[in-house]
Amino acid sequence: MLANYGYKDASGDFFITIDTDKCDGCGNCVPACPVGVFEVLDEDPNDPMRDEPVAVVSGEKKKKLKYECNPCKPDSDRPALPCVAACGEGAISHSW
Amino acid sequence: MAEEKKEFWRWTESNWKSPDINWNDAKYMTVGIDVGSVSSQAVIMADGKVMAYGNMRTGSDSPNSARNALKFALEAIGDMPEDRMDYCIGTGYGRVNVPFADRSITEIACHARGANFIYGPQVRTVLDVGGQDIKAIQCDEKGKVTNFLMNDKCAAGTGRGMEVFSDLLGVPIQEVGDRSFEFKGEEPAAVSSTCVVYAKSEATGLLRKGWTKEEVLAAYCKAMAERIYSLVERVGVKAEFAVTGGMAKNRGVMDRVMPFVGLERMKTEWDTQIAGAAGAALFGFALCKKGKGRKK
Ligand code: SF4
Ligand code: SF4
Repeated sequence: MLANYGYKDASGDFFITIDTDKCDGCGNCVPACPVGVFEVLDEDPNDPMRDEPVAVVSGEKKKKLKYECNPCKPDSDRPALPCVAACGEGAISHSW
Repeated sequence: MAEEKKEFWRWTESNWKSPDINWNDAKYMTVGIDVGSVSSQAVIMADGKVMAYGNMRTGSDSPNSARNALKFALEAIGDMPEDRMDYCIGTGYGRVNVPFADRSITEIACHARGANFIYGPQVRTVLDVGGQDIKAIQCDEKGKVTNFLMNDKCAAGTGRGMEVFSDLLGVPIQEVGDRSFEFKGEEPAAVSSTCVVYAKSEATGLLRKGWTKEEVLAAYCKAMAERIYSLVERVGVKAEFAVTGGMAKNRGVMDRVMPFVGLERMKTEWDTQIAGAAGAALFGFALCKKGKGRKK
């Protein structure tokens, strides 16, 4: 499942997508993010019949991703995003 | 009939019972409760078939709204004791506040499962526009979510936004759909923003310029449709396309969304507002069958 967390407003699209078919719930993304965007739950809240741990974007963060991620996204020479780099499964992507 | 029309996307309070199902014959009785920001539904299922439902306004607190919706559904059945229930799942905006639920499941999962039930297994894209959020979901033939997005950051494009706007223009919410098509000549262009604050001042300016209320409504419905579709587009459209929730009943917006989608929206005999609660009750049934029901 592609779980898109975030929002769209007049200034653009701000979504973090977690591919739950790739995510194995390892939890590497949790400490990698300086502002605590991710958490790992024991089961997928959007797929109640699946009983494996999975990463989600935590409730309060998803409404302000543009600001939360700002320090990781300088205007020029953007380095690899810490969350994306931490995920060995390639499960995390950003829309902006 | 006239009564029904009054409610429109703000939904009709109603309860219903299937004439064909007897709870004495059922192995598992499961309940789904969907507490939304505007309305709350309870669906009671007997072995995965809808036995009864209740659909009411959400009151000022979620626990009471959940209880009232369930009571309303039980009243339709009449003779079933509340403790006959094997499993109860809460969903929706107020899902963590359903005190008697055995567990809660997100509205994303429940709407997909519910749309699969009320529209049939051909549904691949589900759009739900609620009082305070917009959900776009893709699902497989079993109603399992494969891709989703939920925008609940602001009221733009939601039922709440529409309420504010109808208030501003003094047009009853139930007339918005039809009146938004009562303009002469070409359809006015969309207002430039669905942000409730901006749209309000833009509308005031247009009225001052001599636009009719109908033209302003058309322009706002169009903007809502564009906003809603831009979210659907992010997830992608696959046939068949189904709409659940209250906005399904507002043609001013939905008839303007569908040309973007490029498909006909599916039809159903069921009330589109019970999708979430029906999905929840079905998950309850699936969990009971798997032996994961309540420990008795
Ligand atoms: S870009 Fe930075 S702040 Fe944003 S989620 Fe990734 S690690 Fe966290
Ligand atoms: S690092 Fe990647 S695989 Fe591990 S929990 Fe996070 S998203 Fe999932």
